[in-house]
Parts: sequence; structure tokens; C-alpha cells
Amino acid sequence: MPSGIGPVANPKPDSSSRPLSEPEALESSRLIKRHSLGTRLWHWTNFLCLIVLLMSGLQIFNAHPALYWGEQSGFSDPFIAIHAQTGDDGEQRGVVRVAGYTLDTTGVLGLSDDNGQLRQRAFPRWATLPGDKWLTMGRNWHFLAGWIFAPSVVAYLLYTLISRHRRGSIFPTRRQLSAIPRTIADHARFRFHHEAEYNGIQKLTYVLVLFVLLPMMILTGLTMSPSINAAWPLLTELFGGRQSARTLHFICAFSLVGFFFVHIALVLVSGVFNNLRSMVTGRYRITTKPVGPVNREDSHE
Amino acid sequence: MSKPQSSGPNRSRRRLLSGMAALGAGSLLAGCDRIADNASVKRALGSVEQLTYKAQRLIASRQALAQEFDKSQIAPVFRPNGTTDPQEDYYRAWVENDFADWRLTIDGLVEQPATLSLAELGEMPSRTQITRHDCVEGWSCIGQWTGVPLADLLDRVRPLDQARFVVFHCADHTYGGSDLYYESLDMVEAYHPQTILAYGLNDAALPVANGAPLRLRAERQLGYKQAKYVMRVELVDSFRNLHGGKGGYWEDRGYNWWAGI
Repeated sequence: MPSGIGPVANPKPDSSSRPLSEPEALESSRLIKRHSLGTRLWHWTNFLCLIVLLMSGLQIFNAHPALYWGEQSGFSDPFIAIHAQTGDDGEQRGVVRVAGYTLDTTGVLGLSDDNGQLRQRAFPRWATLPGDKWLTMGRNWHFLAGWIFAPSVVAYLLYTLISRHRRGSIFPTRRQLSAIPRTIADHARFRFHHEAEYNGIQKLTYVLVLFVLLPMMILTGLTMSPSINAAWPLLTELFGGRQSARTLHFICAFSLVGFFFVHIALVLVSGVFNNLRSMVTGRYRITTKPVGPVNREDSHE
Repeated sequence: MSKPQSSGPNRSRRRLLSGMAALGAGSLLAGCDRIADNASVKRALGSVEQLTYKAQRLIASRQALAQEFDKSQIAPVFRPNGTTDPQEDYYRAWVENDFADWRLTIDGLVEQPATLSLAELGEMPSRTQITRHDCVEGWSCIGQWTGVPLADLLDRVRPLDQARFVVFHCADHTYGGSDLYYESLDMVEAYHPQTILAYGLNDAALPVANGAPLRLRAERQLGYKQAKYVMRVELVDSFRNLHGGKGGYWEDRGYNWWAGI
């Protein structure tokens, strides 16, 4: 069985080898097989699905661009609302209202360019799928991507829980948790260690994303369905009502967007080629610090 | 931090990888709109609806009841949507005399068609339920509905074996267009105990804005299924001969017929 997100137990050095020059030998590196084909396919399928889900989700949000807490919509007092309003000077402005505060977001949120004309729409046309205001097609894309995304997430999470090897790759050990302050300090200095195993922060982040955010997206999404609500009323209750569930669906979606940007930033600064290669071909270069004399046998490329 | 030693082949692979990534992202964003116009993609999206319908029928209990709420949770105003004040002459005339001349017709694939006045409906056993209305746009509103269980009306007219859907024909031309609003349910949803033809909202007669004198409540479906201003209930074996052939006003305009999601 090839490795999952984490390392294999005995990473096999790449077969091609070449002699090392002296400076390289002090801190040597080698290629390991980091990601199995299943993990790589899952990663890129999710990437496509999440983009479609996000953009079609924003299209659906635009049909009623307000969020509430509780079971139903208190139309006069939304938690978040994105719309256009006319200012004192008679000019239209796009605004976001969050818990009583109002932000001017003209041009992006509430009022934005729509085929050469400023129009009221919560999220701009470049952010929605389809670009035009078209709830029906937004829902169609959302459900298509959801039917691919949700089963693959559920299967992956179950497999991760069942497989002891994969549990070890994802869940941090006590030692990794206690090393977190040092990891943070290293990251702040842009000092990245290329090791076979994920560090404590990586593991905590992936646990949060895999076991909290992704299941939250699926479960709060299910509570948008009145048929599912009738069948499993506990689910809606768990989230504090249908409108709370819709608000949580939105908040978790933007938490994933936040994760996406941090993820991309770290991929870029910690060796973009090595990282991309590991998620495309599975091969990842790690650095090994030799203890004592360099073991030439172990320092293959 | 040690940099991986890059040799010639690696550099070209690097270019290839980043090129592929850029191409993938770019074509995805630009492509989705264009893909959606393709007929086979439209069919694929339609088959997703069938998948959702069948999956929900499979995993969710057919008898499951939608959650009912406490009187204290009823919204101060039940938000009306779609048509809120039909202008058709026949409808204005019904409003003028308090729907005394209004009749509900139940026909189609039934043994015994029936015509009922509002008073006759009011004499039948009724069901009162406080439920949450979930609009396809995303908002929710709680109201208390009183009406005749559709199952009782169906028992009265005795549907033929080949009847597969119950169609609700409405009095209003949505947005003043040429098409009358209509909607439809399958027999599972039609016989569901919370599926009622409601004549009362929040302990009062159903207001015009919410569909007077009679509207459908199918509590496990989205708002656009809840046909207002219902005049005629027809049992059919397919939607072929009805308007656009998709089983509903919004369905003819692209919405999913299955409104359980």
C-alpha cells in the first residue's frame, strides 16, 4: 500500500543515484514517495469541486444575500446582509452589514460591474457560477459538485479513521504538539524543514480541515434540504435551526477559503516545485541530517 | 532550508507543471459558463436531480414528518412571494364576494371527479400545523396552516391505478405573463399526512397575498412547490400535455421538479 498524506514507513530512495559533492553531503536529501495515487486524485478532485461549490454557492447566496441566526429569517435584523443602498448624496453604494456595522464595499460587494454597468448584486459576476444572476444553474452546479465532493470526503475520512497508518499521518503525536512553538518560530523565519512527516501545525490544520470544516460543510449543506430536515430533524437542531445552519455553511465555506490562501502561501514559500511535484507525481524531497559520518548508502538522489 | 538540486529535466518538468496548473484553473473558470450551454451537460445536470430524488426517497423515510413548531415561533408576518395580488377579472370577482362562488375541481385520472365549495372544504376534517417554509432563495418563515389533508380529498375521488402525479392548477398568471402557475407532486408526497390544501393562516382566513382561498402546503418541499390560488387538482400519468411539460411553472423555466433539496 503506498503512502497516504503522510510518509511511508520505509521511504524508498529513488533508484537513480549520483555521487554527492562535499557540501551536499553535510545535509543530504532524497526523494520519497509521499502521496499515494488515491490521495493525489482526491486532492485535485476536491480542488475542482471546491471551486465549483464555492462559486455556485455564491450564486445561490446572491438570490437572498442575507444571513440569520435561529430557525427562521428575521428579515429586519439579519446577522450579515450584502446589498446596495442610496447614500445621502444620492449615489448608490454597495455595503456589507455585519452585526450592526456597515462597511462600504462598492465595486466588489453589494454593487459591482455587471457587463459594463454598476448593478446591485451581493457577490460580483467574476465570483459566481454562472456569472449571470441565475439561481437555477447555480443550484445545478452546486448539486453536481456536491454529489462528487461529499461521497469522496466521507470515503476518505472513513478510510483515514480505519487505517492505522493513515491515522499516524494525520493525527499529531504528543512530541509534535510540544514542538509547535518551535515550528511557529521557524515558520516566522521562513525556515522550513523538509521532513517525511508532517509537523504539529500541519497535522492540527489538516485535522481541523478534514474532520471539522469538511464534515461541517456537508452536514450544514444537508440541512438546507427540507426533505432531509424532515428525515433527520436532529441535524437541524444540532446547528441551532435552519437559518443558523445556513449561516454556518457560509462561515465554514469562507474558513475553507482562508485555509486555501494560507495553504497556497505555504506551498509557494516552502518550495513550490517540491510541493507541487509531491501532489502531482507523489515524489517529495526530504532533507536528512546525518548523525556522525555521512552514510553514503543512504544519500542517494 | 536546503534547496533541492535542480537539474535540466527538472526545470522543464517544473515549467510543464506550472503551465498545466495555470491552464487548468483558467479554463475551468472561463469554461463552466460555456459548458453549461451544451445540451449533454444540461442532461447531465438533469440526471443529478434524478439522483438526488432517488437517493432521498431511498434513505429518508417516506413517512417522516417535517418539524412542527410552537405557537410562540410563528413569524409576525408570513412573507408572501411570487404573485401576491392576482388581477384576473374572475379572481377579483371571487374576492368581491368572499369566494362564495369559488369552487375547487378535482378531476383527471380519478373514478369520481368532485367539485367543492370553500364551505364544503371547511366541513371536512382539518389539520393544523405550525411549520417552517423554506424558500429556494434561502430564507425561512414559520406559519400556522389549517386545511384539508390532500389524502382525504384523494380518498374521496379515488385515483385510478395509472395516476402518478397530482397537479395543482392556479388562478394567477405569474408576473402578468401568459402562463398560469401550476405545480405537481408525486403520490408519496401527495398522500403525506402534512400535505394539506390550506384555507387558514395563523388562525385567520388565508389572506390574498398568501394564496386565498386555497393553497398547497407540502412541508417537505421548497417554497415554489407550495402552489397558491389553487382552483383545480388534476391527477395525471405524465406532464406531457401540461404547459411546458416539466410539471410546474418554475420547472418549465429550469427549476428542478424535485424540490426536496
